[in-house]
Amino acid sequence: MTVLLTKPPALRTAVPKKRKRRPDRAAYLFLLPWLIGIVFTVGPFAVSLYLAFTDYNLLTAPRWSGWDNIREMIGDATLHQSLRVTAIYTLVSVPLSLAAALAVAMVLQRGVRGLSIYRSVYYLPSLLGSSVAIVMLWRYLFGYQGVVNRFLGWFGIQGPGWTSDPHFALSTLILLHVWTFGAPMVIFLAGLKQIPVMYYEAAAMDGASAWRQFRSVTLPLLSPIIFFNLVQSMIASFQTFTQGYVMSGGTGGPAESTLFSNLYLYQKGFGELDMGYASSMAWLLLVIIGGFTAVNFLAARYWVFYEN
Amino acid sequence: MRTSPRFLRHIGLTAIGALMMYPLLWLVSSSLKPSDTVFTDEGLWPHAWALDNYARGWVALPESFEIYLMNSAIIVTLSILGNLVSCSLAAYAFARLRFTGRKLFFALMLGTMMLPGHVLVIPRYVLFDKLGWLNTYYPLLVPHFLATNGFYIFLMVQFMRSLPTELDDAARIDGCGPFRTFWKVIMPLCLPAFATTAIFTFIAVWNEFFEPLLYLTDPQLYTVPLALRQFMDSEGQSQWGEMFAMSFVSLAPVIGFFIAGQKYLVKGIATTGLR
Repeated sequence: MTVLLTKPPALRTAVPKKRKRRPDRAAYLFLLPWLIGIVFTVGPFAVSLYLAFTDYNLLTAPRWSGWDNIREMIGDATLHQSLRVTAIYTLVSVPLSLAAALAVAMVLQRGVRGLSIYRSVYYLPSLLGSSVAIVMLWRYLFGYQGVVNRFLGWFGIQGPGWTSDPHFALSTLILLHVWTFGAPMVIFLAGLKQIPVMYYEAAAMDGASAWRQFRSVTLPLLSPIIFFNLVQSMIASFQTFTQGYVMSGGTGGPAESTLFSNLYLYQKGFGELDMGYASSMAWLLLVIIGGFTAVNFLAARYWVFYEN
Repeated sequence: MRTSPRFLRHIGLTAIGALMMYPLLWLVSSSLKPSDTVFTDEGLWPHAWALDNYARGWVALPESFEIYLMNSAIIVTLSILGNLVSCSLAAYAFARLRFTGRKLFFALMLGTMMLPGHVLVIPRYVLFDKLGWLNTYYPLLVPHFLATNGFYIFLMVQFMRSLPTELDDAARIDGCGPFRTFWKVIMPLCLPAFATTAIFTFIAVWNEFFEPLLYLTDPQLYTVPLALRQFMDSEGQSQWGEMFAMSFVSLAPVIGFFIAGQKYLVKGIATTGLR
């Protein structure tokens, strides 16, 4: 097969020069929609950097304002609060849901009867988790008179108003995120299946305990997949919007405790039409996401293991 | 007597499953209870039934609910079509054709997969405003026809690369150009990847809240998530039963597609890490 694979280029050199350009043209035709699309990605990307240094309200032309937006961001306590909310949410919910996903995948991987049923039941919530209906439902499950507090009441505990108390509102959304651990779980399950059984057999022969096998065989071989998921879910979680919007009716309340960065960006850009400032915030968030991703990649050297 | 660890494992897994399903079961149960007993009737099996929640919820909002369902269905169908056509074309070029700039473009495509979309929101909004597309479906649909979601391209590239290249060689020897090869040979073999793309697009677009919120202001154009949100605005009247009924109506298609297309979903996320 490899012989066949290498042959066509050799044949190609024998083709007269004129015909050589044809494959290029065909390829660009196939790529045409994507090429137009990429212009609508790269263009706005550059424009948003420009807008970040302007004063712009959509109605009049953007006015260059230099570092004004950045100075304003430094003193904007609401912005700092929104970044704090987003960071706490990401740093707590992403590791929690990945840990849950890995733990359950490890149990399922040992071959239980009815695996596909369990897998479906755990996976379904991850398809629904970001829908308006579920966030609304969450609000009532955790409301002051909600199901959760009724349940706690059976044990004589008076639960707080989970969604109305600023100390607890964000934690209900973190729980909602953990509820959707099924998606990484399915990915982990697929990854676990790829690990050759002989590694475990060899480890067992050397007298390695189950925990030792997990630490020394499973974890290193699964680490590239865990890493990929960590990076992707952190990037996604930094951009959370719907959960905060629906939970608080668009305000980010109570007391700005669910004011995700993108919700604040929406309020500034589309509520107050302060689009220059909103663009600045978008870039600040981009830099922060880039920073966290870079840290992830640097840290990966110490724990992510690549075969060969 | 010793309980077997296997039995304990099943108990544990079932308990987790029950905990995870509880919110959904509670939603269905609440949609069948009269509004004033939703928070007092604790059991999942209603003491008093209110099947008319569905009939009343259907017409409780400014537009009848089938309008919203139709709007969402139109957007979802066209988005799936757009993604399938544009992403499969791009994927074929990346997976099978040689051309100048291929490596660069591919890297750019992978880069857009990682790029946080929020930086594009404001310039795109401005652009769509200038084009006069606000309050139309164009801002929601056109990007899908321009292969802007790299995940689907990546998924199809992965799939096409797993097909033997001898197929292309045979087609070429039989006199097929790249277009015929794509249409007659590759496309029919890629149906599983197309199914995965279609289901993921369905779920993502059906649930999408931010973009419709941004671009649609006329209630007649509202999608289902935007419509549902209106229940929260009129909360004072405590139409909980109706609200949960329509919430379930909005989730039912996703659950249905999940049950029908499970195989493709599980395969899809396993190969690309998509969710």
